[in-house]
Amino acid sequence: MVNSASMATNDNFGQTERRDAWWLAPLLTALGLGIFGIYATWAAFQGVNYEWGPYLSPFYSPLLQFSWLPRWFSPALLILPFPLIFRGSCYYYRKAYYRAYFVDPPACAVGEILPHKNYKGETAFPFILQNLHRFTFYIAVIFIAILWYDAIVAFDFGGKFGIGLGSLIMLVNIILLSLYTFSCHSWRHLIGGRLDCFSCSKMTEARHKAWSRISLFNEHHMLWAWMSLFTVGFTDLYIRMVAAGVWHDWRLF
Amino acid sequence: MAEALLKVYRGDEKTGKLVDYKIPVEAGMVVLDAVHYIQGYYSPDLAVRWNCKAAKCGSCSAEVNGKPSLMCKTRLDDFDLSQPIEVRPIKTFPLIKDLVTDVSWNYEVNKTIAPFKPKTENTDEWKVYQEDVDRVQEFRKCIECFLCQDVCHVLRNHDKKDLVNKKDLFAGPRFMVRLAGLEMHPMDVANRIPYIKNEAGVGYCNITKCCTEVCPEEIHITDNAIIPLKERVVDEYYDPILKMWRAITGKS
Ligand code: SF4
Ligand code: SF4
Ligand code: FES
Ligand code: FES
Repeated sequence: MVNSASMATNDNFGQTERRDAWWLAPLLTALGLGIFGIYATWAAFQGVNYEWGPYLSPFYSPLLQFSWLPRWFSPALLILPFPLIFRGSCYYYRKAYYRAYFVDPPACAVGEILPHKNYKGETAFPFILQNLHRFTFYIAVIFIAILWYDAIVAFDFGGKFGIGLGSLIMLVNIILLSLYTFSCHSWRHLIGGRLDCFSCSKMTEARHKAWSRISLFNEHHMLWAWMSLFTVGFTDLYIRMVAAGVWHDWRLF
Repeated sequence: MAEALLKVYRGDEKTGKLVDYKIPVEAGMVVLDAVHYIQGYYSPDLAVRWNCKAAKCGSCSAEVNGKPSLMCKTRLDDFDLSQPIEVRPIKTFPLIKDLVTDVSWNYEVNKTIAPFKPKTENTDEWKVYQEDVDRVQEFRKCIECFLCQDVCHVLRNHDKKDLVNKKDLFAGPRFMVRLAGLEMHPMDVANRIPYIKNEAGVGYCNITKCCTEVCPEEIHITDNAIIPLKERVVDEYYDPILKMWRAITGKS
């Protein structure tokens, strides 16, 4: 048996020989995700001001209203679990929160809280469930279709075509959400990554093309993740503010 | 002439300390040059492993200011020379002396991987198209510097190196790269997916990407090797729909 013991297993939390600001990136990630999480939770529990004119907040779409539900129960709570498990099991967000919240590791070559042998990673409950990410992707695709419908309807002002600032915000939002969703690693695998031979048939050649394209977007998956997170929150905020009469929707056309 | 202060780890696993050396800095100098200067002018017994000085042999891995790096690829003019530069051996493997570590654990891991197994031994029938090997070629760039193994927290902090029971084993990013290259090879027919899940321990990787950050060959280790392998493990073990599809059609 070869000697292989690591000298770093005794490092304390945060112990490192690095001298750069390694703590900055996890701190910003923790703040970014934290602020979004607090805003989204607050907005989801409001149950009001989620629509105005042709606009519908992405936190409330599809709008499911049932008479048997208690009045205080906001319709957002019925649908938000789905985007939440999609993002929660996304390969990028996993990296982000394992580092920022679980500090496992906080940054590269920096000591951890529990540098012990009991580490299970994604081999045991709960994180073994991350293996189901592709199923959350399938659900996310349905949401993308619905939000495209909402974005198109947002140009319909009482039967007449119009463009408000809100229509544009909703359009930008759904474009970024689509980029995020379709640059997914699971999708990249399913569309072609799982093949060993790309040249074997017409079908596999077509899948190779699709895989190559998706790979280009996949390289920037983290960027789409953050941009779409921001726009989805901002779209809700904009509609909420307009609906509450705080802001005025700016009609361009 | 500009000067740099190098603090270099001297000693073995039990005792050792950082020792100061003043080095005259020349244009284009790298950390390995400075280490050679120390050997030449101050301390010929300073132990260091190196070979090519061209970032291609993967021998000169160390931790410079705490960052796993190739000493021959780390330029002195990238540092603020008013501050000392600290050079330590890589931390995840046992130290032999000064900057030299025993990385033989990695070679033992390598031996547990099923080698390339071609569809046919008749090489006349080997026709391989570029589009089929593009992916694999990225992985062939690996120079086995083991910087990714050094930085990976599963090995570094959690010490998952149990080659005897293989229960507490993570083969590490370098071998995920090798395994991905074999699994995606159009001519290869061996199935390493059970090995990847149960022995190589791909589930221990929590895709936090430090391996990708340090790889001097800029291999997208996490995105192009590990995540695709995780997805292949899902195909085989965690996807009931694909399982049904396989049962009905007999295809994979
Ligand atoms: S991404 Fe996985 S293999 Fe790479 S350093 Fe992180 S835990 Fe280790
Ligand atoms: S994958 Fe990169 S970091 Fe890891 S051993 Fe190979 S060249 Fe070095
Ligand atoms: S990997 Fe991020 S959405 Fe699938
Ligand atoms: S000496 Fe060969 S990689 Fe540095």
